[in-house]
Amino acid sequence: MAAEAPPPSTEQHKLPTPEEFTEVQESAEFGELRRSYRSFAFPLTVAFIAWYLLYVLLSNYAGDFMGNKLFGNINVAFVFGVLQFVTTFLIAWWYSRHAAAKLDPKAEAIKTRMEGGA
Amino acid sequence: MSPAITHVQLAANEASEHRGLIITLFALFVVATLGITVWAGRQTKDAADFYAGGRQFSAFQNGLAVSGDYMSAASFLGIAGAIALFGYDGFLYSIGFLVAWLVALLLVAEPLRNSGRYTMGDVLAYRMRQRPVRTAAGTSTIVVSIFYLLAQMAGAGVLVSLLLGITSDAGKILIVALVGILMIVYVSIGGMKGTTWVQMVKAVLLIGGTLLITFLVLLKFNFNISDLLGEAAENSGKGAAFLEPGLQYGATGTSKLDFISLGIALVLGTAGLPHILIRFYTVPNAKAARKSVNWAIGIIGGFYLMTIALGFGAAALISQDEIIASNPSGNTAAPLLALHLGGVDSAWGAILLATISAVAFATILAVVAGLTLASSSSFAHDIYANVIRKGKATEKEEMRAARWATVFIGVVSIALGALARDLNVAGLVALAFAVAASANLPTILYSLFWKRFTTQGALWSIYGGLIVAVGLVLFSPVVSGDPKAMFPDVDFAWFPLKNPGIISIPFGFLMGWLGTVLSKEEPDAKKYAELEVRSLTGTGAH
Repeated sequence: MAAEAPPPSTEQHKLPTPEEFTEVQESAEFGELRRSYRSFAFPLTVAFIAWYLLYVLLSNYAGDFMGNKLFGNINVAFVFGVLQFVTTFLIAWWYSRHAAAKLDPKAEAIKTRMEGGA
Repeated sequence: MSPAITHVQLAANEASEHRGLIITLFALFVVATLGITVWAGRQTKDAADFYAGGRQFSAFQNGLAVSGDYMSAASFLGIAGAIALFGYDGFLYSIGFLVAWLVALLLVAEPLRNSGRYTMGDVLAYRMRQRPVRTAAGTSTIVVSIFYLLAQMAGAGVLVSLLLGITSDAGKILIVALVGILMIVYVSIGGMKGTTWVQMVKAVLLIGGTLLITFLVLLKFNFNISDLLGEAAENSGKGAAFLEPGLQYGATGTSKLDFISLGIALVLGTAGLPHILIRFYTVPNAKAARKSVNWAIGIIGGFYLMTIALGFGAAALISQDEIIASNPSGNTAAPLLALHLGGVDSAWGAILLATISAVAFATILAVVAGLTLASSSSFAHDIYANVIRKGKATEKEEMRAARWATVFIGVVSIALGALARDLNVAGLVALAFAVAASANLPTILYSLFWKRFTTQGALWSIYGGLIVAVGLVLFSPVVSGDPKAMFPDVDFAWFPLKNPGIISIPFGFLMGWLGTVLSKEEPDAKKYAELEVRSLTGTGAH
């Protein structure tokens, strides 16, 4: 396992064995990391795509509603468009906060143990 | 009609009078970036340097470079033009191009950085039979990149005719060839390190130029966006409809479907674009990859917000006739706007026009370099090293193959660019997005998250998505049967939509599922354990 310079298409660093990977994959700790990632990222992805599609569909089939002027020449469509920007910024910030607090420490712990304990 | 035409001629004359200035600014950019390239080339010693810039860029640097790679001629010229001509409908591009980044952030960037080394194929082939999957990944990387390259080359052709007063075909082809040669030099000498620095310089210039124009537009309207929109609506001759959805896509049921198709392709395409994906290998770890996406979302979001000012500003200050006469697709609205802001007859107008044009050139050049790097990397690493040489090539041989592939792809794109010089820029890029979302995204997501996924599923998904997407484009009004088509004089278009996404993207996902459930082979559980643990924890990533 301690090879220094194997051929280019294989790993150059010391890597755990396939058995160790399987063991970690089945461990409760990794299960917790996976759940913590997936239960956050998957529903959020569905939500922002639905929100974006809602905007696309409203633009297509609810022209009168989108054309309502709110103030001056600013109409509903314009506000909806800008809101897509706002939600994108917010989701990026929210996910990064979740990842830093909930995912990074768990991932780091597993990585350190696997690379150090081989 | 005649006043419009004289205006355009005026613009062209103005531009040619100050051609020296434009060329000087552009030459400055070329000399500076060539200097960077040579410097980076000296530091490029092994494959990790060539493909991934040594993985030592900071999250901010890479965020800037990602933005530089992403904000192409389509964003700058195409969106401004689409908004200037179709008002609110053009704004969909800006929104879709931005929201798409969330797919990359939440699902793709970090796992990819953790489990791949140099290319998209690294991740797709991780737990599959290497040779067929790498061949497929390499093929789709090159096809997507060439669609994207076409758009950039078309943008280059459009620009020169307006800016340098070159209207002859020979002149345009010469410019396309110059762009091609420069990109070969950037990529083959500077590798990822050189290309990344070029992207950063370009991103700063583009943001700077756009900020300046936005500021000047807003200044004209006392920073009152409502007044700007009102003036744009009035000057466009279309009234309130200009600010509402539907002007471009609202006419018929078919065009409405086209709008949905485009919308889906935009939002799902980004996370399947090879030249964007390989940027995540240039940072030290997944955390830095996440941070660079966040920087990119901030920078790109800010830029797309400014396209409101560019597009509606052009509509408010320039007549529709003049915009259309200059370029039927509106691709020159942004440079024309610069000229008008400075004053059509004044030196300021000429200087602004020259600056914005040089920025647009720099944009095209940098994006083209990024695309060439992605496709030559994939050729050398996926196809040459792992398929042809079966993993036995040395790093030196692999890098040599990459450099030759760069020259080859450069020559091919010069040839194609010369053909595509009159096509619609933003629309062409949307096609690249549709192909990426159909052929690449399903396989990336299945590979990372679906335990049962098999080699056959990967192949059906990549080739199925690719063939259907490209096939539908071939028989769409983009290629024939429409006055604005590639071949306007013939008609073999039986697919009514201009963007294939609504059919080809679900088809790519469906084929990946079908190929998997119908395959006789057992998925490699050990390899999936390895991929899953690595992708989520970064174990073994370097």
